[in-house]
Amino acid sequence: MSEFLRQFMIVDIFVTNFGTLMQGLVFTFELAIVSMVFGTIFGVLLALGRSFGTRLLSWLCTAYIEIIRGTPLLAQLFILYFALPPYGIRLSAITVAFLGFTLNSAAYQAEYTRGSIEAVGEDQYMAAYSLGMSSWQTIIYVVLPQAIRWSIPAWTNELIYLLKSTSIAYVIGAPDLLTQGKFIASRNYQFFRVYLIVALIYLVIVLAAARLIGKIEKKIEIPGFGYTKNQR
Amino acid sequence: MSDKPLLRIINLKKRFGDKVVLDGISFDLNKGETKVIIGPSGTGKSTLLKSINRLVVPDEGEIWLGDTEIVRCKNINAIRQQIGYVFQDFGLFNHLTALENVMIGLTKVKKIPKKEALERARYELNRVGLSGIEDLYPAQLSGGQKQRVAIARALAMDPKLMLFDEPTSALDPELIGEVLAVMQELAESNMTMLVVSHEMGFARSVSDEIIFIEDGKIVEQAPPEKMFKDPENPRTREFLFKLSELYGEG
Amino acid sequence: MLDFFELVQKSLPTLLEGTFVTIKLTILILALGLVLGLIIAFFQTYGNKPVRLLAGIYDRIFRSVPELVLLLLVFYGLPNIGFRLSPFYAAVLALGLRSAAYMAQIFRGSFMSVGSDQLTAAYSLGMGEYKAFIYVIFPQAIRAFIPPFANEYAIILKDTSLAYAIGVVELLRHGQYIIAVEYKPLPIFLVIAAIYFVLTFGVARLLKMLENKLKIPGIGV
Repeated sequence: MSEFLRQFMIVDIFVTNFGTLMQGLVFTFELAIVSMVFGTIFGVLLALGRSFGTRLLSWLCTAYIEIIRGTPLLAQLFILYFALPPYGIRLSAITVAFLGFTLNSAAYQAEYTRGSIEAVGEDQYMAAYSLGMSSWQTIIYVVLPQAIRWSIPAWTNELIYLLKSTSIAYVIGAPDLLTQGKFIASRNYQFFRVYLIVALIYLVIVLAAARLIGKIEKKIEIPGFGYTKNQR
Repeated sequence: MSDKPLLRIINLKKRFGDKVVLDGISFDLNKGETKVIIGPSGTGKSTLLKSINRLVVPDEGEIWLGDTEIVRCKNINAIRQQIGYVFQDFGLFNHLTALENVMIGLTKVKKIPKKEALERARYELNRVGLSGIEDLYPAQLSGGQKQRVAIARALAMDPKLMLFDEPTSALDPELIGEVLAVMQELAESNMTMLVVSHEMGFARSVSDEIIFIEDGKIVEQAPPEKMFKDPENPRTREFLFKLSELYGEG
Repeated sequence: MLDFFELVQKSLPTLLEGTFVTIKLTILILALGLVLGLIIAFFQTYGNKPVRLLAGIYDRIFRSVPELVLLLLVFYGLPNIGFRLSPFYAAVLALGLRSAAYMAQIFRGSFMSVGSDQLTAAYSLGMGEYKAFIYVIFPQAIRAFIPPFANEYAIILKDTSLAYAIGVVELLRHGQYIIAVEYKPLPIFLVIAAIYFVLTFGVARLLKMLENKLKIPGIGV
């Protein structure tokens, strides 16, 4: 068998390093899910601030969202990891990863949520006011529940995006799947095989997550809330 | 009970930019009365109704609901609870079932316990002829059903006054009847109602008075018999003729 | 504050050099993505079953595997099977291959946004397939193409920063070099972030202007 084809024999390496790879995978899942949850909460608050806040608050939320979305995630991680220590803020790579991905994801989720808030029609506000609801009651009981429904597809997409993009934590050395891969490769020098394994693991988890999420979305669908997918 | 009208509107004015939409509207509505407002589109009928609920803020004039002035009152939400509003485009909350739509005002605004609210909502849905659709979402209802849910939602709040803003104009012709029947029953049970509508059959049989508005002014107001048989103003005559051409005698 | 401006002034030439590399990377990746994406879209639309299947697999793979994994696989992995690329071209290849999968979808989406009635109408006027494409389909599709393309551009521009990880001396790494000497990370990173922001936001604005200019009443994009 040629050397070229032999490079695709990866089962051996996969089995030998299964434990290390799974450790990385667990961290990847943790990072993605935690960032997703806190990013969603912060993102919804940002969207509310932008749509319903005072002029100053709205401007601040907009600035945050646009700046985060306009700069690379890696630059944001670097600022947290390298630029803060001179000011006495020393965060571990793991903390930076959780913080960075949460802050980043929040901006994107805020943007999706804002889109959904704007999709809630004027008639819904009028109807709420006509029942005697205050502005806040209207937002909490009428606008937000609908906006959240519209946002679900974007949010689930965001989870898949996070599963992939958390690999960037590799650059600052947080122990995710890719970092573990590098660790293995730097010992056995089988770069192609190891990274191929890592790529395949990502392929499997991303496709599986997409399928699972599709099923869940179908289950919780409410009539009248058609889904549009956001891409990032 | 004093002889004070339930609703008194005094010299109401509103302009949007250069366009004068309401130009000095005044009229009274007594308890138990039903008045129907007619007039060409874009002549301020909707704005008038919205003003009464302060969904639009008038530039000038006064609106009295009993002893409370609405235009400048402090707590508008308390007023709105006493006024039922039925929209042309239904205004049902899309994320809630029919039952939940009727309940939300009771539980969140009036803070009525859930169990009580549930009972009341069932009762109101039943009253507008909609039992068995409690758990459907607005997207699953016909236009006529949606509008009846909207009416039930308004009624559940125990309003002193019901405002109807062209409640049947977004409906397919065959669905208009079921909504009008509910409104007629309501009028006969002595609900105080102000209705913007061009359903002349309804106006004729139910209303105490018809108010014809054009260019933000009341051109003529009269009981239906007088209005249909012998209108004073030539503009009224012309408009009613056009209506009967468009909609038939109703 | 004075220190800050002095530092910026001193480091700006180096950072602009890095910016130039970042822009070069972006343009090459965009070009590769566009060309390959068009080919894939063509295969997906007109190919026979096996070809469509292959195009579908390509799409799945390059949408599911993270950019950084692709970068490492191309740069560190390919030498194992006999391909050795410089960091710069490894980045172009890895990110270009990824972008092609997205570009293919953008192409397909924008052409599918033109209804089949348009083609029928064009044929009914006696236009051939070629003329119908040039005069009827393309002018409409290009309008649907711009917004997602603008989005993809911004993604690629930001993704070029990942080339840092395989040693490409682009904007971010130029910044790290300066920091290594000056040890003033925050100001330098803020300038870098500002440059990225101008490149994404500024170009997004330009494309938005183009979009508005091309906008036809009644065709919502």
